[in-house]
Formats: sequence, C-alpha cells, structure tokens
Amino acid sequence: MRKSFDRHWYAWAMVLPTVIVLGVLVFYPLVQGVWQSFTNLNESNQREEICTKVLGGAETCEPNPDGARFVGLENYVDVLTGQQGHFWLQLSNTLVWTIACVVLHYGIGLTLAVMLNRNFRGRGFYRVALILPWAVPSFVAAFAWRFIFDERFGIINGVLRAVGLDPVAWFEQRWTSLFTAIVANVWLGVPFMMVALLGGLQSINGDLYEAAEMDGATPWQRFVNITLPGLRPVSSTVILLGTIWTFNMFPIIYFVTRGQPAGSTEILVTGAYRAAFEGIRDYSLAATYGVLILSILVVYASVYKRMLAKQGEVF
Amino acid sequence: MRRLKAGSAGIAVAALALTLAACGSDGGDSDSNNDSEADSGSTELSAELTWWDTSDPDNEAPAYDELIAKFNEEYPDITIDHQIVPFDQTQNKFKTAAEADSGAPDILRAEVAWTPEFASLGYLYALDGTAALENNFLETPLSSNEFDGKTYGVPQVTDTLGLMYNKELFEKAGLDPEAPPTTWDEVREAAAALKSEAGVDGIYLNSGGYFLLPFMYGEGADIVDTESQTITVNSPEAVTGIETAQSLVEDGSAVKPTANDPYGTMMTLFKEQKVGMIINGPWEVAGISDDPKFGGIENLGVAPVPAGGAGQGAPVGGHNYVVYSGMDDQKAEAAAAFIAFMSSAESEAFIADELGLLPGNADSYDMVSNERVALWADAMEVAQPRPWIPEGGQFFAALDTMATEVLIQDKPVQGALDKAADTYKSDVVPDYSLQ
Repeated sequence: MRKSFDRHWYAWAMVLPTVIVLGVLVFYPLVQGVWQSFTNLNESNQREEICTKVLGGAETCEPNPDGARFVGLENYVDVLTGQQGHFWLQLSNTLVWTIACVVLHYGIGLTLAVMLNRNFRGRGFYRVALILPWAVPSFVAAFAWRFIFDERFGIINGVLRAVGLDPVAWFEQRWTSLFTAIVANVWLGVPFMMVALLGGLQSINGDLYEAAEMDGATPWQRFVNITLPGLRPVSSTVILLGTIWTFNMFPIIYFVTRGQPAGSTEILVTGAYRAAFEGIRDYSLAATYGVLILSILVVYASVYKRMLAKQGEVF
Repeated sequence: MRRLKAGSAGIAVAALALTLAACGSDGGDSDSNNDSEADSGSTELSAELTWWDTSDPDNEAPAYDELIAKFNEEYPDITIDHQIVPFDQTQNKFKTAAEADSGAPDILRAEVAWTPEFASLGYLYALDGTAALENNFLETPLSSNEFDGKTYGVPQVTDTLGLMYNKELFEKAGLDPEAPPTTWDEVREAAAALKSEAGVDGIYLNSGGYFLLPFMYGEGADIVDTESQTITVNSPEAVTGIETAQSLVEDGSAVKPTANDPYGTMMTLFKEQKVGMIINGPWEVAGISDDPKFGGIENLGVAPVPAGGAGQGAPVGGHNYVVYSGMDDQKAEAAAAFIAFMSSAESEAFIADELGLLPGNADSYDMVSNERVALWADAMEVAQPRPWIPEGGQFFAALDTMATEVLIQDKPVQGALDKAADTYKSDVVPDYSLQ
C-alpha cells in the first residue's frame, strides 16, 4: 500500500478532486437525507430559538418549545401504516404507471424503429417528425395534453360529441385520470426508445439476415432469432433507464392530472414533493419518502442486473 | 356609502411620521393624537428597501408605482425597489430566502394566511408601536396579522366571497335582478328558473375547500375551534352545510364541477354567460367586466353569500404588508414609514379607485367612488375571520380533497369530512383534539 502510494501518488492526486466533488454533491446530501428521515425535522422546529424583533432594537428570543429531535423509525412506521400520507395508494399508482409506460414505450418504440430501419421515400422526414415530441419540454407537453383531455373544452371530448358519443369525464375517476397521464408520457417517451433501438438495429450485421433468408426463415423468424437477440444489449439498458426515469417522472403527473381526483392519481415522487413544499415544509416526511423511493429502485436495479447476469449478459 | 365596522387599532404614540397617519383619518374614531413634531422625522430617514409585490404586473402594479412616487415626495431618501413576484411562488420563495438569511425582501405583500405562519417561524418584524399600526383598520382583516400578542403586519387589501350573478340572465329567467337569492333554497329556485326560462345552468360551485366555507359558516360551523383546540370540521353542523352543497349538484341546480381546473371552468362559463351564478371574490370583478362576452360591469350583480340554517358567513381573504425580520433597525424604521404610507386611508382609497380592490383601512371607504368597491359593501358585512394560526394555510389541501369527493365523486359527506378531520389530526394540528 505504502509503496503503491509512493509510486502512484499522481494517480491518487488526480482522483482526489472527483472524490471530493462526489462527496460534496452526492454522499453528503444522501447521508443527510437518510439522517433527516430519522428525525421529526420540519420548517417550524428546525431553529433552536425563535426571535422576534420589535422596532427600537428590542429583540426577544425564546427557545423553540418544540425543537426537532431524533424519532427513530417513527416516520417509516407512520408512512408504511398509512398514518401520514398515502404511501400504498401512491405506490400502486407508481407501479401501474411505470409498467404501463415502459411496456408501451418499448413496444411502440421498437415497432417504429423496425419500420424506420427500412428504405423508403421520406425516411429522413419521418425520423425527424417522430423525434419531435422529445424536443418539447415535458411540462409544455403536459399542459397541452391536459387541455386535450379537458372535460368541457378538450379536443378528445369534442370529437366524441361530434360522432354522437358521450363525452368522458377523464379526471373524475382514478383510472381514467391515470390513463391521461400515461398517454401523455408515452407520447413523450417513445422517441427516445425509438432512436436508441434504431441505433441498435443498425449495428446488427446485415449478413445474418441474408443467411437466414437463404435458409428459408420467415420474416417473423428473422425478427425473433436475429433482431431481438441483437438488440438485447441496447434493450436491457434502455429498459432499466426507462423504468427509473418513469418511476421518478414528476412533471407529467403533477401537471396533467394534478393528482385529481382527490389525490388518487398521485405517485410517490409527487407525494414526496407535496410533503416537502406545501404548507409548513415537512422535511423529515419528504426524506422518508426519498429513502423509500431510493430503496425500491436500488432493489429493482440489483434484481434486474442479476437476472441479466444469469442470461449471460455483462452489464 | 355604508361604513364598515371599524376596529380600534390605535396604539401608543410613536415618534415618527404622524402626518402620514393623520392625513387620511379625518373621520376616524380611534385616531391617535396628531403631534406636529412629526414633520421633522420624515426627511431624515434614508434607506434602500426591496418590496416583493404579488399583484398583477400589468393591471395592478402601475397603480402601486404611482403610490411609491407620492411616497418619495415625502421621503426622498428612501428608495423602493418594487419587484413583482408571481403569487403562487412567493410563499416558498420567501421562506427559502428567509431561512437562508439571504435574498429575502425587506417588505412583502403576504396573503392573510401566510402572515401567522411567517410570524411563527420568526421571519417577521413585530410592528407594535410603529406608525403603521396607527391607521384605522377593519377588525377582521387586521386580526390575521396578530400572532402571540403581537402584530406583524397591516392589511393592504381585503376580500371575501359573495354571490356573483348575471343580471341579464336573471331578467330573462323572470327573476328580479335587484333581489338576488338570500338563502340556498332561493338559489335552488332561481337555478330552476334560469334553466327553464333562460336555458342556462343555475350556479357553478368551485370544488375547492375555500369556496365551500360559506356552506359551513352558514350552519355556524368552522374548521377548528382555536379556543378549545378542537377540530370541528366534521361536526354535525358542518355536515349539514356540505350536504346542502352536495344536494345542489345532485338535483342539477349546480353544474357538476370538472375535477381538473374547476375554477378556470367556472370563470369561463360565467364570462360566456352559460351559468347564472357563481360564488367568488372581488379579485375577479375586473376580469369579468372586462370580458367582451359578459356585458360589462352593469350586468354584474354581487350579493352576500346565501344563508344556511344559522345565517350568512363568508371567509375573509386579502393581503397584508409585512416586514422581514432580518434587517437592521434603521431600515426597519423606513419600512414602517413606507407601510404606514401605503396603508393610509388615502393610499388605500387611491388603490380602491384605481383597481376596484377593497381597502383594509376602514377610513378609506368614505373616500372611494369606484362602483366595484361599492358592489361588495354588503358582502363584506358577513365576512368572518378564519382561524389565524400558523397552520391556517394547511387546512385547504384536505378540504379540497373533501370538496372533490362530495361534489364530483358524490361520496357521503360525513365520511369525507371525517377523513379531513383525521388528516388535520395527523398532519396539521396534532395538538388539537378530535370531536
């Protein structure tokens, strides 16, 4: 060790800035967040004393009657038993939301990628047109979709009325309301999947298809036996990324459904936001949410990685 | 014009700038003695002050700029940096800045529910003994500034909810536009007439907790009882009140609100003359009368909120001037002088004339000629204070959920109110007892 340091001191020196930056920007907030989740810290009890100034120089300070303290696992018990917030409702919404979005992102993205990978006229135009949603900031898209689904003035209900159907009160029920957010998010997320998979498709050696065709493989057989395995490295990465992104996708839910009706389409991250920034800010509750979200994602990522490893994938 | 009940806000004599307080209070009933030595103090003050104003940058802010110019005639050495900040971000922005001890403004226009919250966190200067408190303010708006025996701000504007109705549609429906409904049963009858005779919807109730308070107040109920520290939101009286609201939607007198953006939908329908009545406040008068589809201010009727079984009652709202605690005394004196000027009877009457907002200064009402202000005189009579505790702003998230459940999802009222009460107990006021 000692010898290695003498010989490679410059390597250590070069790593040091990165370690410091990571420590300040990642580990310190992380540790602090975990610590806060074991306290009852909020905006009104974070100061040790509360001072009141009166004109003329008088200042009276009183010790905060109810300062923040260590409460152990109380926050976790409260959240997981439903005493505070709506964790289980939000978790089930998050799961439905994530699974639906990722499946649709991947399915539609793959279909479009396969279609665009062929030679046809105007291919460049279609590629640009299909990537467009990705260029729109997500909150702008969210506002647009909210208006499209508006119960009275929206285009969708306008079309339904025009063809003689009953308009749907989209935001009146939990599942129809969540559906609107999923549609908006699918619209936003498909281009990324499409581009990533298109890149993957183009890296597959054309000779393989030729050889398969010589052997008399049908298009479906070629798709299943060449395209899908060839895409696996790309797919496994984009699905992992897509899942984590969607799980933590804040603006769509926050701006499209606004948690309506009555908070029943709130997902975990919007729930955490409301705890942290509405009313007297409850830092400890928000930190608890944050730790729980992080734990879920860490467990998911490690299970996913192990599954891939079993299939012989290096990641 | 009817005089509103004035509270006695008179406080002990302060040594500075009494001219300001005095110039607007010819008819006040609780004036402090008008010392003449005041003139000497005014020109000595010098400071640079930042004011975060949440008013509308296009319609409202220019009027405040004019007032600042008048202020500078008297205090040439006090510079006011008038900054417009968006209302919905200000609460968080101010708290973040105050907590970090940097970037907070010296003066803030704070919504009434924010004032006790900020005061409890130690972010505000107590104004006791300053010229600012010598103006004669209306009792109910002033009460929102009091916390723990001290006063932390003064009313800038006040408001309340009232029954706003379309006179033309009333005539079409064979109703007397000068005799609007005074009870919820009369609202029901008027709605039926509007539907059958005028072919429009009767009333639109916004599914927000604040907008359902008149139903609760009308039965003598409230959210909490601060005296006995009890959560009363699910009391039998409150249930009766909310059931009245629900029944209005159920029998078709009221439009079923949309779950997403019920407020915006309400305003669009009312301006387009597709609904005869709404419950809303003075802040929308300008927007309604300026809309070409509505037919001007002459077409707008305003009445006190309809009565329930125990009478009429509407929540008071509005904004206060407050001073950030993190500044030195010298600046604070200048800030107090500024607030005293801005909240004087003359200044508030000027704003009322220009913008149609209701003054918080009782003496202003004698000087105002704007008809929009006169419209609200009767409605203000039944305004009542909300529970002014630091948690006061947090009551509404649970109430909004309740309103959505009962008006849109048609859930039982008792259950929805019990849920709100449980949320208050666990999240908002844990020290209070449930009924």
